[in-house]
Amino acid sequence: MKPTDISNPDYFHKVVDCQWACPAHTPVPEYIRLIAEKRYTDAYMINWESNVFPGILGRTCDRPCEPACRRGRVEEQPVAICRLKRVAADYKSDIKERLPSVPKRRNGRHIALVGAGPASLTVARDLLPLGYEITIFDRDAAAGGAMRTQIPRFRLPVEILEEELNYVLHMGVNRRFGTEITSMRELLAEDFDAVFVGTGAPLGKILDLPGLAEAGPNIHTGIEWLANVAFEHIDSIGETVIVLGGGNTAMDCCRSSKRLGGRDVKVVVRSGFDEMKASPWEIEDAMNEDIPILNFCVPRRYLLKGGKLCGMEFEKVRREYDSNGRRQLIPTGEDPLILPCDDVLCAIGQDNAFPWIERDLGIAFDRWELPVLDKTTFQSTHEKVFFGGDAALGPDNIITAVAHGHAAALSIHLLCEGRDVKDRPADLTTLASQKMGIHQWSYDNDISNDVRYIVPHAAKEKTLNDINIEVELGFDEDLGYAETQRCLNCDVQTVFTTKSCIECDACVDICPTDCITFTANGEERDLRQRLLAPAENEEQELYVSDILGTGRIMAKNEDLCLHCGLCAERCPTAAWDMQKYLFNTAKAVNA
Amino acid sequence: MSYIVKPRFHHPQLQKNDLGYTRRDYEGTLTTLCGGCGHDSISAAIIHAVHEMSLAPHQLAKVSGIGCSSKIPSYFLERSHGFNSVHGRMPSIATGANLANRELYYLGISGDGDTASIGLGQFCHIVRRRINMLYIVANNGTYGLTKGQLSATADLGSKTKSGEESQYDNIDLVSLAIDLGASFVARSFSGDKEQLVPLIQAGLSHRGFALIDVISPCVTFNNTPLSAHGYKNTWENNVVLSEIDFVPMRKEITARYSAGKDKEITLHDGSVIHLHKTGSGYDPGNRENALLHVNEYKKQGRIATGLLYINQDQSDFHELADTVNKPFNRLNEHDLCPGGEVLADINETFM
Repeated sequence: MKPTDISNPDYFHKVVDCQWACPAHTPVPEYIRLIAEKRYTDAYMINWESNVFPGILGRTCDRPCEPACRRGRVEEQPVAICRLKRVAADYKSDIKERLPSVPKRRNGRHIALVGAGPASLTVARDLLPLGYEITIFDRDAAAGGAMRTQIPRFRLPVEILEEELNYVLHMGVNRRFGTEITSMRELLAEDFDAVFVGTGAPLGKILDLPGLAEAGPNIHTGIEWLANVAFEHIDSIGETVIVLGGGNTAMDCCRSSKRLGGRDVKVVVRSGFDEMKASPWEIEDAMNEDIPILNFCVPRRYLLKGGKLCGMEFEKVRREYDSNGRRQLIPTGEDPLILPCDDVLCAIGQDNAFPWIERDLGIAFDRWELPVLDKTTFQSTHEKVFFGGDAALGPDNIITAVAHGHAAALSIHLLCEGRDVKDRPADLTTLASQKMGIHQWSYDNDISNDVRYIVPHAAKEKTLNDINIEVELGFDEDLGYAETQRCLNCDVQTVFTTKSCIECDACVDICPTDCITFTANGEERDLRQRLLAPAENEEQELYVSDILGTGRIMAKNEDLCLHCGLCAERCPTAAWDMQKYLFNTAKAVNA
Repeated sequence: MSYIVKPRFHHPQLQKNDLGYTRRDYEGTLTTLCGGCGHDSISAAIIHAVHEMSLAPHQLAKVSGIGCSSKIPSYFLERSHGFNSVHGRMPSIATGANLANRELYYLGISGDGDTASIGLGQFCHIVRRRINMLYIVANNGTYGLTKGQLSATADLGSKTKSGEESQYDNIDLVSLAIDLGASFVARSFSGDKEQLVPLIQAGLSHRGFALIDVISPCVTFNNTPLSAHGYKNTWENNVVLSEIDFVPMRKEITARYSAGKDKEITLHDGSVIHLHKTGSGYDPGNRENALLHVNEYKKQGRIATGLLYINQDQSDFHELADTVNKPFNRLNEHDLCPGGEVLADINETFM
């Protein structure tokens, strides 16, 4: 293998698994260390700059960081990153002084943001301090988008939502809420310098089965029903409820139903339990509320009694894989399953919809009716029109929408400056030694062996009776501190200097996870098998040195490195050093 | 020294041995030696070796004297027996322990001061007495614990970090041991575990006195370009006379070496040493030849390493002294006072 090029900003970034996995690339270990120091406000601001909604995300994020967390590879459970983010939000002091100042004198550019969800608000947050005038449109009367309409209050209290929306809105946004935009042509005619579309994926699906016509009034699409609950247009549901679907919307629907009068609430899923799209913790929370999940039941009919919905019929299936390895659901031939119900909530997916964008404006759409976009700039085929969030690439999650928002804001800024939107500034990186004394580092390398701490919940008797009572209580300061100590500080990198190494094996002998091997060079596949312990996780890189004095190379398997620094402590020549790699994505302000 | 405890997390695919232990289970406390000390690599090699042999920790006793070298038994096999003795007196303790319980594996750890200076007399006698043990000398040519004076194994002309030049020829422990009748003599290098680990395994399995003289650089006081015991010199002037692979008793032979080209030596406990041909045609079965080679390379300023001498036919102390098989702590009253009839039989022999 060739020596690893650590000057490539991606190399060390990838080692920080959580940050690499995060769509917004929030510097996770950095803020976890600040939480450990009780510097909650500093931790919050790092988050706020990167993901705009730390308090909201600390409760609702899909947490792509956690499955990526290295801790989950050296023991069973990753660090509770998401809930630590909430600790920063819960215990911070007033941050208003720290928010970026918005210049009184505007720069003369006016940007329209359609939809007041996470993507648009991120664009506003990034562009307002640069002097842009921002007008946000939303069909709802209040901002927040899916964060307001799709996430029930027992997961996200309205105060937390509004606090974080207001940090952006109060920076000086023109609001045109409560009216739906029906024509992009008219919007473009208003002569904005750019238009950002962050309208989400607002179209829920109804399952079209025999009996729908008559049962109609009691069949609801999950996302519309949740929105109506959020705006308090709906405050009750029948006693017996069937929720169709296995995603997070289904989990929110069933748990909300349980709080609005549903006594017998069931989730019915076509496929297997292990194939369900919902996050494991959301499934767990639903099950903890005594909501049964029935798998391998394919809905066949709405059953009627007196012209009104009275139940549903399901066909039982089993899973088989065909010769191409594709999963198929084969009827078992058993009697159909009949479940009585008063209401059905369809949480079987959602779609983008752009009926309001005329197709002759130069904004191209692909065959899935999604806009044709540059995936880096989020610019459509119309120079001035950008998309982000679910509206851009289809339904995803809040943190992805935020990442899109940052990228689009940067593009809009470049466009308005008359620069090439593709010529983007480099991301911001620093790499600095953490050495303080011979065996002292400026980070706490003595990690905790504890297993993941569980977030305490409020009593079920209480939460099931009021949809506004938050279920999770969050970590208190002590639990939060204990959880921070599980973080391996993966951003503190092991940096190797070939010419200093005397090949004494001190690092090899001390490494707790057998990451380091000195051996003859070879092709990657061969080398991976020849290491002290095999490096089978190919998603993780090998850090390979130049040729050493004996003709061998140093190969370090990044996969299981605990970043404990013992290699650097034992190294007599400081060929190993622990250096903190701080990575921040370039935003509009850096252009 | 490091202040943190080595994290207990380990590689999830770390191999378990026949007893279900991983290598990490054979570790000791975190080393307090200087970073880069060769002795730490010897500790690691011992851990590898004993783990691979699937020895239960209680089957082994560690004995040592005084010095940086003699500290290292703390850093491996923390669940084994151990005795840290007076300076240069490890052989007495090893001899006594070995007499009392011949069922244990004995691992002596000593240094060049502990063996070649203050303990030279004891060393000569334990070799001569053929005590069944593996005696490892962590040899760095310097007194590290007292800040880097030249030791008795420092080569003529070699210089310390402070510039002091060795005026005397060194005591060569390998030649001395071969001369005094050791039946297993090897030399190795702490930086080369591929060589050292099988030698430790073979030395532990060998019946009789086994010596491994391990060049183990003192990174703080004796790792200059002019020191014969430094990393650079040892890497560059190391001449491998014989390469071995060790196959523990009852283990299948893996295909790491080319069958037919190697010489097999079956040890008394049933383990097998595979001796690779290195091209030099070196025969470790010949004592005079071994001495000749070691001295010849020494004259060239080079270091002969590998298994230098092995003699499987020599009786060890227990055979010569016709000692009792049972460990003393398991002899009961009946064994010790077998009664009047046995006494009468013994008396009969004097009639």
